[in-house]
Amino acid sequence: MIYLMAFLIGGAICALGQIILDLFKLVPIHITTIFIALGSLFDTFGIYDKLIKISGAGATIPISSFGHSLVHSALEKAESVGYIGILTGVFNLTAAGIVSSIIFAFIVALILRPKG
Amino acid sequence: MKIGKQSLTFHNVFIGEGAVVVGPKENQGPLSDYFDKAYDDLYCGAKTWEKAEMQLFKDAINISLSKNNLAVCDVDCLISGDLNNQIIIGSYTLRDYELPYLGIFGACSTSVEGLIIGGNMIESGSCSKVLVGTSSHNATSERQFRYPTEYGGQKPQTITSTATAAGILLLTNTKGKLCLSGATIGKVIDAKINDPHDLGRAMAPSAFDTIVTHFNDFNSKPNDYDLIVTGDLSYYGKDMLIKLFDEININIKEHYDDCGLLLYNQEKQNVFAGGSGCGCCAAVTYGYLLSKLRDNTYKKILVVATGALLNPIIVAQKETIPGISHAVIIERIDD
Repeated sequence: MIYLMAFLIGGAICALGQIILDLFKLVPIHITTIFIALGSLFDTFGIYDKLIKISGAGATIPISSFGHSLVHSALEKAESVGYIGILTGVFNLTAAGIVSSIIFAFIVALILRPKG
Repeated sequence: MKIGKQSLTFHNVFIGEGAVVVGPKENQGPLSDYFDKAYDDLYCGAKTWEKAEMQLFKDAINISLSKNNLAVCDVDCLISGDLNNQIIIGSYTLRDYELPYLGIFGACSTSVEGLIIGGNMIESGSCSKVLVGTSSHNATSERQFRYPTEYGGQKPQTITSTATAAGILLLTNTKGKLCLSGATIGKVIDAKINDPHDLGRAMAPSAFDTIVTHFNDFNSKPNDYDLIVTGDLSYYGKDMLIKLFDEININIKEHYDDCGLLLYNQEKQNVFAGGSGCGCCAAVTYGYLLSKLRDNTYKKILVVATGALLNPIIVAQKETIPGISHAVIIERIDD
């Protein structure tokens, strides 16, 4: 069941992005920022966690989960150490993703070059 | 001599041999027989995209010198421009040449802008041999104006594909078979389009303005030319230009084509709305069209190079994209 939901929820998020890209004069970076903003907004109301619970990777793989993770870790840290946690905790959940993307990009750039 | 509002006539400007060097995609297209040299790899044996474009440009200069039996010291001046910041292709390539150099920027109208400036230098008698050239490279343009290829951003159907090509043409006062007989200098026309993915339609009104002015200045009509060709208007811009002429009851359809659509096979090659870039108009004009004039297919053609004066920074500040188009008449002199 979770596989089906992953397909449906993940597919719906991506389809929404494609529709916005096709209907409006936007560039891909707009889509990225819109979905990060939407993800953080949905997390604020606890909706994104429910999506992850029912669809797993369907909700964690799209870029909207990045927004969710930013808010989620900031709120979590704020609860444990107070308001300063909003600033210190914001990258807690996403640090692994950000750092690994830098490291892997570096490794790939060392061994491969773009084909154009 | 000035004629009409924005036009010039030349009586003593002849066209020598041109040289066109292209990348892999252009060489797989329908005009491959008309190019002097082609590379199978986009890097053209160089380490970076910019250096690859310089290699194309250098090859074009060398081939054109040897085809015209000229040494570097025989040339009075080289005029060129490209799409990179600070037109680095011309300036860096010419470090290795003892050649007086004028760098110009007219976006994709450079190939014709150079002909107009060079034509004037010959016509005035101040120079006897001037090389005019330009280049573009798909990957340098992607980085300059769109996204780095690695980013993998989606492209809409209206986008054009920048040609990987360099072209050089000799203008001379030595009488030859082909001459540059007239030119119309374009105005900056802003069609109020701000979509950098639809440059064809951003430029079409400027091409329309230049061609209409040209017809008025020379008191000519579409039938007077065997071919009227624009630089890189794409399918969308081409349609728009035909419609603009329909509105003033001039039918240019039968005599009109676009270099970006001639350069590639639209069905087999993935170039979206057509080819573009400085090298697109240069490769098609200096290579294919001059051959067609020499082999008597055409007698007189009007080349209208179309430039989108696009700068990514100013477009990000919500500015529009103005266009400019320059036109030249190239004709065969029958004995």
